[in-house]
Amino acid sequence: MLAILLATIVLHLTDLIILFISTCANAWRTDGVRNYHLWYDCTQKNGEADCSGTSDADWLQAVQALMVLATIFCLISFIFFLCQLFTLVKGGRFFFTAVFQVLASLFVMSGAIIYTVMSPEMKNENDAYGYAFVLAWLAFPLTLISGFIYIVLRKKE
Amino acid sequence: MPSGLIPFPFHLFSFHHPSLSRNPSHTDLRGEQREIMLSVLALTSVVLLGIASQTTAIVVYTSWERHALVGTDVRLSCSFFSWQWTSPDVTFSWHYRPDGAKEAISIFHYAGGIPYVDTKGPFRDRMEFVGNPSRRDGSILLKNVDFADNGTFTCDAKNPPDIAGSPSHVRLFVFEKVPVQAGVITGAIIGVVLGLLILIVAIYYLMRFLVARRVFSLSMSKHGRKGKGKEGSQQKQALAVTDPAKLKAAASEKKKQESRREKK
Repeated sequence: MLAILLATIVLHLTDLIILFISTCANAWRTDGVRNYHLWYDCTQKNGEADCSGTSDADWLQAVQALMVLATIFCLISFIFFLCQLFTLVKGGRFFFTAVFQVLASLFVMSGAIIYTVMSPEMKNENDAYGYAFVLAWLAFPLTLISGFIYIVLRKKE
Repeated sequence: MPSGLIPFPFHLFSFHHPSLSRNPSHTDLRGEQREIMLSVLALTSVVLLGIASQTTAIVVYTSWERHALVGTDVRLSCSFFSWQWTSPDVTFSWHYRPDGAKEAISIFHYAGGIPYVDTKGPFRDRMEFVGNPSRRDGSILLKNVDFADNGTFTCDAKNPPDIAGSPSHVRLFVFEKVPVQAGVITGAIIGVVLGLLILIVAIYYLMRFLVARRVFSLSMSKHGRKGKGKEGSQQKQALAVTDPAKLKAAASEKKKQESRREKK
């Protein structure tokens, strides 16, 4: 039982860390020389960084909002989990934790889908998706699995 | 005494020493010290203000950037801060440097109470003076802006004898379609979702509170009636009961039902 609890906590923390990195690291697309999206666009010029905010495209702002919301909900669900661990009646289900975790996974899914569909075309061969994009897509199934585990999990009698 | 000095309210500080009439006790000495300190502070601030009014320069304020749609009117505001009173010889002048050009041209000048508007340059017949120099406002209005008006506008104000100071720039951006500012949509989505979340949580707790207080019964009581008929009749009775002890017992009964249901 303790092993399951530890594994669940580790999975949740991993989700949280992945979401944080994906939201905060500015590397959703890469150009070979520079990483850009989600927040700003910096080019290295002779050792100096020339930064500008990303274009105010509507879809990009929506992706920003969804990623931030997913991170917030994952954090809230973790806090709820710790709370419910001590206050839930024996045999009770971690209902709120599951709800927030599943919502977080839905937000991450929406954000990743919107970004995939709307991101600009790859022009040269150096254009590729960055690591933050990969992490976002990774976070979606992990949070979903974590959410389902919380739905099934019960506090031991 | 330099003219235009802010009159200091000397009357607020009295040099009246009440302690001299009585035997000087410990607390009276402290009061005396405090008064002396306050008067020294007042004198120093007066002296500093006097010096400051001679050494600080005039500060001109304009916006940082202005965004406008093609064909609309743009008001470029310019104001200044100066320690001297507003003199009747106050002057405002506006210069314009188009995007990509090296030199700035003069497009507006206000001196001796008369505004001189550009009649030969790019803004002829399109500029109007809408400022109020006696209130330190030297704003101009550009009508029907076009893409060629993109550039940097510089406002320079002088308030004799306060003339040392640097002018201030405002950049004009003319758009075909005003873009959504960075972060507006982001903030809106996050705000709405979090607001809904807080609202749902608040409503949930409110409902639980109301149901526990028997203000009204929800469909949850149906499960109680299915399992135990006695409880159902007990609930019906409880609606008419005002005895707080019985209310408490009923509430705890309800909680036991909920926990039993959760266990299932």
